[in-house]
Amino acid sequence: IMLSSQHFGDPGKMKDYHYTGPVEHKFSPYAFNGGTVLAVAGEDFAIVASDTRLSEGYSIHSRDSPKCYKLTDTTVIGCSGFHGDCLTLTKIIDARLKMYKHSNNKTMTSGAIAAMLSTILYSRRFFPYYVYNIIGGLDEEGKGAVYSFDPVGSYQRDTYKAGGSASAMLQPLLDNQIGFKNMEGVEHVPLTKDKAVQLVKDVFISAAERDVYTGDALRVCVITKEGINEETIPLRKD
Amino acid sequence: MALQDICNFQSVFEDRLTTEYPAVPHGKKIASNYVSGLPFSNNKSLFHFYIPVAEYLDESPIQFGQISTVQNCSAVSSEDPFLTSSSLPTCLPFASSQSVPLPFPMAHGTTTLAFMFQGGVMAAADTRSSCSGLVACPASQKILPIHSHLVGLTSGTSADCALWKRILARELRLYQLRHGRRLSTSGAAKLLSHMLHPFKGTELCVAATLCGWDGGEVDDGCDYHGGTETGPGSRGETTKNQMTEQKNFVDSTNAKVSLAKDERFSFSQQCSIRKKMNLSGPRLFYVCSDGTRLRGMLFSVGSGSPYAYSILDQGVHWGLTVDEAKSIAREAVYRATYRDAYSGNCVDMYHITSKGWTRRNREDLKEEYYREKERRKHEKTERRDVAFSD
Repeated sequence: IMLSSQHFGDPGKMKDYHYTGPVEHKFSPYAFNGGTVLAVAGEDFAIVASDTRLSEGYSIHSRDSPKCYKLTDTTVIGCSGFHGDCLTLTKIIDARLKMYKHSNNKTMTSGAIAAMLSTILYSRRFFPYYVYNIIGGLDEEGKGAVYSFDPVGSYQRDTYKAGGSASAMLQPLLDNQIGFKNMEGVEHVPLTKDKAVQLVKDVFISAAERDVYTGDALRVCVITKEGINEETIPLRKD
Repeated sequence: MALQDICNFQSVFEDRLTTEYPAVPHGKKIASNYVSGLPFSNNKSLFHFYIPVAEYLDESPIQFGQISTVQNCSAVSSEDPFLTSSSLPTCLPFASSQSVPLPFPMAHGTTTLAFMFQGGVMAAADTRSSCSGLVACPASQKILPIHSHLVGLTSGTSADCALWKRILARELRLYQLRHGRRLSTSGAAKLLSHMLHPFKGTELCVAATLCGWDGGEVDDGCDYHGGTETGPGSRGETTKNQMTEQKNFVDSTNAKVSLAKDERFSFSQQCSIRKKMNLSGPRLFYVCSDGTRLRGMLFSVGSGSPYAYSILDQGVHWGLTVDEAKSIAREAVYRATYRDAYSGNCVDMYHITSKGWTRRNREDLKEEYYREKERRKHEKTERRDVAFSD
C-alpha cells in the first residue's frame, strides 16, 4: 500500500527536486519505481492486472515493463515498488518453486506459495524487500484466490486488492464496486469474468488519469482452469 | 552461487539429509544462523534472518543511510566483554540503531483485550489494520488460534505478530509431540519471551496476549485443588485419586512456603491467592518484545487500550456469566473504536474453555454506531418533551 504521506522521504519523489536548504545526501539502497497492481478473485477465475510503466522521480525508464509474473499454471504474482527487489524476489520464488517441484513431485498451490512468500519476505525483516506483492490464482478447489502482502510478509486472503502507487485511490473504488460497500439497498450480484475484466480496465483508466506513476499500458492476466490468458490495453502515455 | 544462498538451498535440503547441525561454509550465513545458538531449540534454527551486518558496512565506503557507522562500531566494541560473558553471540550490531531506514511505514494501532472469569477466558479485538493514516486492511485477524486450547492476541507490527505466532505454534506442536502433553500457557509465554529476547532493541514490535486453558478437560469451572505457582506444569488428565494425593503433597509444601513468606502476606491471603492459581484452569499472559512477561486476570493492549480499560475495570469480576462477559468485551471494543482513530471496523471474539476455543461471528460495529445514534436522538427528543412539559 503506497502512501501519499511525504514524511518518509521516498527517494525519487518530487521533494528532492526543490531546494530546501543544505541537505545531506546518503546512499539509499531503495528506489521507488512506481506502478500499480490489482487482483480480483471470482467464483472460478482470478484476474491479476498491472500497468507497464517503470518510472523513477520525474523520468520514465520504460513503457513496457509489466509487473505481473507467471509462477505456475494457476498462479500469477504482481509486484510493485522497487524494481530491483521485484526482479530478485521473483527469481527466488521461481527457484523455490523448482526446488519444491523436484523434492515433492507436485506444483505448489496458491496457498502454499503465499505462505512461502511470507517467510521469504520476513527473513529480510531487518532489510526488507521494498515490494508490494499480490498473488492471484486458483486454490485447490478451483475457486479464485487473492493473497495480498505487505513488504515484510504479513498476508491474508482477500477477494480483491490493489497495491502500488495508486492503491489508495483504487481500493475504495473496488470496495464499492466489488464489495458493494458503503451503499445501501443494493443487490449483491456475483461478479462474472467479463464484467470483472471490464471493471479492471475502467479502474486502471481512472488510475492513469489521477496518478502520475501509472499509465502507458495495462497488462491483464485472467486465470481460469483452462490456463492463463494475457491481454494488453493501451493507457494514457502522459 | 548467490541465488542458492538467498534461497536457503542448503537448509531446505540438509533437513532431509543430515540430522546433526550442518556446517555452514559461507560467512554471510553465519551471521544469520546465530539464532540457533540459543539453548531451548534443539532443531536447526528458528528462522534464518538476513541482517545487514556491520562488518560489511565498515568495509564499504558507501554509507547505508545509517546515522553513523563510527558510533555503531564503538558501541559494539564497548559491549563486547559484556556480551561474550553471556551466552549471546557478539554480532548484534543492530541493537544500537536501525541500520537501514525504511521508505515505508508498517501496520500498527489496535485494540485488543482479554480477561479471565469463572467461565474461562474471553478475548476480543478490533479488525482494523492501519498504516500511518491509511487503513491497510479493514478486516484483518488479530486473534490467532495457536492450538486447540491456546489463542493469541496480537498487537504491534502485523507481520511480526503473524510470523512469531507461526513459529510459536510450530514449537508448541513439536513440544507436544516430543513430550506427549501440551505445554502450559505459562511455558508458551516463556518460550515466546525467550524467542523474542535476541531481538530486543531492534524495531521488532510484538505485544502478544496469550489466553489458554491448561490441564485436562473439566465439566465446569476450575478445580480448587490448591496448586502453587512453583508447582509442576500442566498435568493433563488426572484422576480424582491423583488430585487428592497432589493436594496433600502440595499442602505440606504450602505450609513451608507460607512460613517463609509470612512477612509479606498473611496466611489467609496467600491461601486465597493460591486457590486461584490452579494447576489447571484458565490462564492469561502478556508477552512483549521488550522482554515483559506478565501473568494477570485482565489485559488490554494497543492504542485503544485506555478506553477499553475504563469499560473493563468497571464491569469485569470473577462471577460473570458467559453472556455478560461477551457483552462487556464487545462494549469495551466498541468504545475503544469510538474514540481511537486507529481502531475500528469489526469486532472478533473468542471464548476459551476447558473444551477449547470457540469463535463468535465477526460483528460489524457500523450497525452499533447507527443504533447508538438512534438512541441518542430518541433521548434528545425525550428530554425536549420533558423540558417543554415543565
